[in-house]
Amino acid sequence: MSNVPADLLYTAEHEYVRKGAGNVVTVGITDYAQGELGDVVFVNLPKPGDKVAAHQAFGTIEAVKAVSELYTPLAGEVVEVNGALDADPAVVNRDPYGDGWMVRLRVDNPADIDGLLQPGAYRSHIGE
Amino acid sequence: MTGTAALKRTPLYDVHKALGARMVPFAGFEMPVQYPTGIIAEHQAVRSGAGIFDISHMGEFEVTGPDRNAFVNRVTSNDVAALEPGGVQYSALLTEEGTFIDDCTVYRFDDKLMIVVNASNIERAWKHIVAHKGGVNVRLKDISGEVGLIALQGPRAQALLQPLTETNLDDVGYYHFAVGRVAGAGCFISRTGYTGEDGFELYCRDRDAPIIWEALQRAGAMPVGLGARDSLRLEMGYALYGNEIDDTITPLEAGLGWIVKLDKGAPFVGAEALRSQKAHGVMRRMVGFKLLERGFPRHGYQVWHDGRPVDVVRSGTMSPSLGEAIGTTYLPSGASRPGSRFEVEIRGERVPAEAVARPFWTRGSVRK
Repeated sequence: MSNVPADLLYTAEHEYVRKGAGNVVTVGITDYAQGELGDVVFVNLPKPGDKVAAHQAFGTIEAVKAVSELYTPLAGEVVEVNGALDADPAVVNRDPYGDGWMVRLRVDNPADIDGLLQPGAYRSHIGE
Repeated sequence: MTGTAALKRTPLYDVHKALGARMVPFAGFEMPVQYPTGIIAEHQAVRSGAGIFDISHMGEFEVTGPDRNAFVNRVTSNDVAALEPGGVQYSALLTEEGTFIDDCTVYRFDDKLMIVVNASNIERAWKHIVAHKGGVNVRLKDISGEVGLIALQGPRAQALLQPLTETNLDDVGYYHFAVGRVAGAGCFISRTGYTGEDGFELYCRDRDAPIIWEALQRAGAMPVGLGARDSLRLEMGYALYGNEIDDTITPLEAGLGWIVKLDKGAPFVGAEALRSQKAHGVMRRMVGFKLLERGFPRHGYQVWHDGRPVDVVRSGTMSPSLGEAIGTTYLPSGASRPGSRFEVEIRGERVPAEAVARPFWTRGSVRK
């Protein structure tokens, strides 16, 4: 059974969103997603300053047997990326909700956050 | 996934399920691609300790009868006459054009031969040898469904296996086998493998496979799935049918000229085509490569040389042992030397690559 923390929001594409201060959210992939991908060997992320629309591919996650796009959960601007993933991409497997985070976004329209999946809805989505 | 009902299962299916393996369709079988440990940990267990693989899906043909050696010499490219009883030989079944029907290993017993083929090619290989049987006094038997096959691989393989068998493993040399017992179950103990590490392949009765598997696991071998089997063999530059070799490629192109014995004094299927290819020179050669920038070279990605599309990535991975992106492809013969530069197209971007010597991994424990 995958870990679906109650204090996060989710997308159908298996990203999670953690709300922070000043309309900045932290985005990564869920525990379920890392389990499905298997060993992550590298992550390509956008650059700080990049403007992104919602539901757009803005990165790729390469695992040994799979490659997956990383989708923007919300429109906004990339303010920070997790550079530590370059040296140790496997942290995405070990700690997807902690040190395995991927990008921080300043969301254009904070009301959009309400449109994301609640933990219960995400758990149903993954069939657990 | 549709059609999984039609997939075959090995005698170890229930063992894999109980271990929590992720099962995938492979060559008509439902096979473990990885266990909860993960591909990289499984790979490293084989490089540093010992791992066990279920390869019961592979095919075995038994050849008996007075003309058996001459017959197998005719349908395989290596020289069976050079094989002593108790010996194993890497070889190939070829088309008349000299291309691969399959690569295989040939086991010579006192009273029979055994040809071991890839699971994906059992039917084709069987049809091929049956088609060449005319006028020869041999009996052919496809025993694939009766044989369980477990590979034990890693530097600790012998230390782990010896307490489970009365066969003195020091007496079983590389590419040799003995008939014995493991954990009480009769089997052929073959010092062969597909990882670059020392190890054994244990051919047993279908129903005995779980006994041997569980004994080896209790002794400390880690279950390893097809995912790590693939990265281990690729680090050694070993060919995989469907990737490096297929029925459009000859052994001479694939760098496997050493399993083609044109002068063995017996005609064999594909010999004339290969004689001609050898005389004219091959146009392309298999190469191993490393990416010079970051990227994951996956099977099927376009390969460019000198501005032209020349081939695709045959196999590619992030090498767990080397921490580099490695792969195989075919390059024009003139450009196939180590150091030759070309490009791999990764999702629209051409990433520079360099041909390198194989094997990629040179520190394996295999005892030749």
